[in-house]
Amino acid sequence: MNDPWWLMLIKVVVVVVVLLTWTIFNVWFERRLVGKMQHRLGPIMNGPFGLGQALADGMKCLFKEDFMPSMVDRVLFVVAPLIAGTAAFTAWAVIPLGGEVEMFGIKTYLQATDLPVAVLVLLAVTSVAIYGFVLAGWSSNSPYSLLGALRSSAQMISYEVAMGLSLVSVFLASGSMSTHDIVEAQRLPMTPFGLSLGLQNWNWLIMLPAFVIYVISMVGETNRAPFDLPEAESELVSGYITEYSGFKYAIYFLAEYINMATVSAIATTLFMGGYLPIWPLNLIEPLNNPWLGPIWFVIKVQLFISFFVWIRGTLPRFRYDQFMKLGWKGLIPVALVWIIVFATFTELRTTDLLNGPGIYIAIGVMALLVFGIVMLTDRPEPEPPPIPTGEVDAFAGGYPVPPLPGQVLPELSAVVASTAEVAEPASERSE
Amino acid sequence: MIPLITGAEITFWIAGPLAVLGGIGLIAFRKAVYAALSMAFTMVNLAVLYASLDAMFLTFVQIIVYTGAIMMLFLFVLMLVGVDTPDSLVETLRGQRVAAAVAGIGIAGLIVFGIGGALAGVKPVGLEAANAAYEGNINGLSALIFGRYVFAFEFTSALLIVAAVGAMILGQRARVRHKLTQKELSKVRMKAYADQGVHPGSLPNSGVLARHNSIATPGLLPDGTVSDHSVSETLAARGVIVDAPAMSKATAELFGSIESTMAEEGEE
Repeated sequence: MNDPWWLMLIKVVVVVVVLLTWTIFNVWFERRLVGKMQHRLGPIMNGPFGLGQALADGMKCLFKEDFMPSMVDRVLFVVAPLIAGTAAFTAWAVIPLGGEVEMFGIKTYLQATDLPVAVLVLLAVTSVAIYGFVLAGWSSNSPYSLLGALRSSAQMISYEVAMGLSLVSVFLASGSMSTHDIVEAQRLPMTPFGLSLGLQNWNWLIMLPAFVIYVISMVGETNRAPFDLPEAESELVSGYITEYSGFKYAIYFLAEYINMATVSAIATTLFMGGYLPIWPLNLIEPLNNPWLGPIWFVIKVQLFISFFVWIRGTLPRFRYDQFMKLGWKGLIPVALVWIIVFATFTELRTTDLLNGPGIYIAIGVMALLVFGIVMLTDRPEPEPPPIPTGEVDAFAGGYPVPPLPGQVLPELSAVVASTAEVAEPASERSE
Repeated sequence: MIPLITGAEITFWIAGPLAVLGGIGLIAFRKAVYAALSMAFTMVNLAVLYASLDAMFLTFVQIIVYTGAIMMLFLFVLMLVGVDTPDSLVETLRGQRVAAAVAGIGIAGLIVFGIGGALAGVKPVGLEAANAAYEGNINGLSALIFGRYVFAFEFTSALLIVAAVGAMILGQRARVRHKLTQKELSKVRMKAYADQGVHPGSLPNSGVLARHNSIATPGLLPDGTVSDHSVSETLAARGVIVDAPAMSKATAELFGSIESTMAEEGEE
């Protein structure tokens, strides 16, 4: 696919414009949706449905004084937001918004460019984007910023491992790393038990564990709640952007929302069938028109963004060690096991070993494996501490404590024993 | 295959000098973070050169692995440890510079003659033919990595794991005592409260006076004395603590005069 330069220019300009407007929309969308979830309204005053609020906030950031604290590293303080912003936009170069269409007499894909290693481009761009956050924290010359930056980069590097591993099964299934080819591989019909329902070859269903791992790690990757530890306001003020204001702050804000859209777009492309119409609408032939691709794509991505907002409105923030434990001890081992299982099944299917006795052997091995994992991870429950009996020590450990069930109150037992009605439970206890 | 930029030669003459510039920056910058960044810059420029040679996989793996992971780790350590003072130029190990120069020349010679010798008798088949053998660039790479060179890769990774584990063991510091958990710490606090009456809650805030509210201002107790727990021990050791009672002296004197006047009036 070699586009002439003017077609490339059109595509790039469209992508940038779409991203900017979409971000403004997403800021409003998030505030309204999280407002609904918390029984309040969100921004409603300015513009239709309050849409003008996000635009006004953005404009305010642009026209604010470009303030810079006195002790910062001036070069890197300016370079850092540029890296973050550029990386956020670059990722969209390889994301397919639509299939193959004819534009001004030239057959082309509705995506800026497609490479045989397009998914690797996304991972590479993410790893460069980390520089934007780390340098922001370091150049700000503030402990809060530095700690936020280190947290952010540690978090992104750890979760990038799990993310990359979860993508391997997609590559195995589609036999390609090009985003266009991965979406087209999901166009193929899926016939469960020989039923032809027009189902698409959904990756999210075929490789559900990989999909779940991806969705968890994409939230960690974008530093969003409940994994927004780099910006934990109760601990780190505002993390790596503590010292930023005005336009530079706006770039970080923009980058965060674009990154959220980017990981949602990757999830859509790799697992949800990208620009393909949603089942059962794909059975209606006119809806399969490639020009409608962007609409399906945007709907799917917007659903993912709603998911981001939903968990932000629902879940409390993780503690940092719990978060790292989840990444390294939970997601990465599961992803590795899943790759082995999936590769084995793919190989068995391609060599036709799954027909006949092979499938039973495979299922048996799988069941053994699952059983083994469950048995190995099953820890014995700790023995409950023995219930103390006898007289209660009202100042055990030096501060007042109530009696446990089975303990007797020392002075009162003698006093209440004199009345017959109340004495019974006391005597029961002493037995 | 889509070349990123059509003129590989033009790319070479732009990215090549930039890569060299990054290499010079690595040595020339006095600030450690800048040196690390110029190395990352060199790596990105190398990736651009790979891209101009149609080696797409290598390009992005270079960025992911070297720029994204390894240099980031370096930056991490530099920032965390705070190695930002320029090193002194005094030679601590005798003969180190001579040895380093000899080793540098040796490695340069190895690279030039080793790679030159390996390439001298080889006829390049070209990218098209190499890709055609396995139906695609990535397929060919994976066939070589997981086929012909699988043992070399496995041995290398085993070596790296041994090195990583060794580094962890060398860097490990055996704990003499068991590290207290959150629960145990809370028990210790309650015990201290029970035995000695130490306040179990958080420490008092620093003081707020009309002119000072910094963390170096101690909080005053209701009787006007200083609360020792309200300022950090480090600041106390540095002797930078603001003399809060002296500052509140004017107010205290004013109140005292009012009180004495009132008392006199009462007597009358």
